Amino acid sequence: MFSNVPLKQKSIALVCFAVAFIMVIAGCGQKSDETPTSSSGKTVIQNAGSDTMVNLAQTWAEEYATINPSVSVEVSGGGSGTGIAALINGTVDIANCSRQMEPEETARAKQNTGKEPQKFVVGYDALAVYIHKDNPLNEITIEQLAGIYGEGGTITEWSQLGIQNSACQNDEIIRISRQSNSGTYHYFRETLLGNKRDFKLGSRDLHGSKDVVELVGRTPCALGYSGMGYATEQVKKLKVAKKAGEPAYPPSVETALNGTYPIARPLHIYSLGEPSGEVKKYLEWIYSDVGQGIVEQSGYVPLPQEERVMSPK
Amino acid sequence: MISRHHLETLTEPVIEWTIRLCGISAIIFVFGIFFFVFREGVDFLFHKLDLVEFFTSPKWYPTSVSHKRYGVLALMAGTASVTILAMVIAVPFGLGAAIFVSEFCSPKLKETFKIVIELLAAIPSVVWGFIGLTIMNELIIDLFNAPIGLTVLNGGIILALMSVPIIVSIGEDALKAVPDSYREAAEALGATRWQVVYKVLLPAAKNGLLAAVLLGVARAIGETMAVLMATGHAVRIPHGVLDSVRTLTATIAAELGEAPVHSDHYQVLFLIGVLLFSITFVVNLTADLIVKGIRQK
Repeated sequence: MFSNVPLKQKSIALVCFAVAFIMVIAGCGQKSDETPTSSSGKTVIQNAGSDTMVNLAQTWAEEYATINPSVSVEVSGGGSGTGIAALINGTVDIANCSRQMEPEETARAKQNTGKEPQKFVVGYDALAVYIHKDNPLNEITIEQLAGIYGEGGTITEWSQLGIQNSACQNDEIIRISRQSNSGTYHYFRETLLGNKRDFKLGSRDLHGSKDVVELVGRTPCALGYSGMGYATEQVKKLKVAKKAGEPAYPPSVETALNGTYPIARPLHIYSLGEPSGEVKKYLEWIYSDVGQGIVEQSGYVPLPQEERVMSPK
Repeated sequence: MISRHHLETLTEPVIEWTIRLCGISAIIFVFGIFFFVFREGVDFLFHKLDLVEFFTSPKWYPTSVSHKRYGVLALMAGTASVTILAMVIAVPFGLGAAIFVSEFCSPKLKETFKIVIELLAAIPSVVWGFIGLTIMNELIIDLFNAPIGLTVLNGGIILALMSVPIIVSIGEDALKAVPDSYREAAEALGATRWQVVYKVLLPAAKNGLLAAVLLGVARAIGETMAVLMATGHAVRIPHGVLDSVRTLTATIAAELGEAPVHSDHYQVLFLIGVLLFSITFVVNLTADLIVKGIRQK
């Protein structure tokens, strides 16, 4: 790029980058308190957060635009932590979150914005355990998963799970995980290992729900976890049992709702303070049958009828 | 006449000062960036960080609930392994191509060749990463019978392809700077073309070529997106080229977005930034000093 350019000109280019960078940083800090309106008079709702929920949030936003054209919802992903950070900084109106906010984060949001974050459960997600479609394994227990992913766990080969994975010649289980501060990572670790233990180092930590499924689909030795909405033709979802000897259940709407599937979690939206105006209307719409229908279409678990009333939890 | 003269006396100093300001601002910005990066992590550096653990432990558990550990040894090993492999591949190819372009090819071919090389430099790193994640992953699984293709080898090849254009362009400039009288003298003594290159040009241009290689190294160390996608992003000290690794840059890219601002994790990531800044600074400084060495000759 800079190949034929002398060093001095390189420095000038660097200055340009630095200036642009500082402008971006400065721009981040400037956000007024009210819901802003764009030049065309539209109300804009800023929405960021969970990578697991980004497709769902996008579909909500697109559908909502057809129902209420005067409001535009701008959705971005980045992860639950990114959404929470944006909420703390006051740069978004609502944050999607596949984990709960830590008490520390709630405190910081209150200190920074003077408003208490409100939690809304807007659906459920069953976290599916994915393997390559040619892998003969059909079910797995939570204990086995802990043995594979947990620090000090001893399961490293497919044959230890009692199968012959002929597509994977050297038998090694390739663990696919997520970056260490994603909501999915936190939830999976807590379900498998409780609050005390960590994951084994050396897993491939990918940077998105979709990437995990994509890589598992291309790697016969791989085992990964991701939202059940991300399944493709190239992968297989395992049935999961709580303990050895107990029946294993596939991830689905029914098993997630009746509690038989052990790795299902609520999906949250956080708002700053009691939602009002357009944000409130938007959340109410998400809780309506139409909004919940989109949850199901996107591959997640909609709220049961009796929970479809907007109220902070 | 008078008015024109008057105008010049006015505009000259203005232009001069504008240019001077541009020059100084470059220095201010470089130090400013270093200062701000350092400031974000300084509190943690002096009060909480265990420097021995930081540099010697391979355990990177920034979000552990029970026991947070910040060891970057595995990350440094990752950066080092990918960079070294990239250079093992890129240096022979890059220097070979530089010699070919400068000494052996026809002027017409040379133009085409240079355009293609510059095109290679223009491919965005995320596109390289995507190639690594999809095409190279499957290729490495098939060719080496490896369990996964996101490895040091994958990242190394991609970084090599990204560094080659820099090495070729700067290497070619260094060879071009060797006076033609050297070549003529060697040929007059009956040297073959290869002997001219090997015995005369390479020794004469060795500083420039070294600078080319070092700038390639700096490129490889600093690259983020492509290695994030191609190396597998796994915290482990590699035992071979078919192991997955994680680099310093990729760790910052993957984790900074979600680390709570001013938390320990956030500050450690900035310290990794300081570490990277120091490494690339040393490499760039070495390259600059070497280039300066050539000019003084």
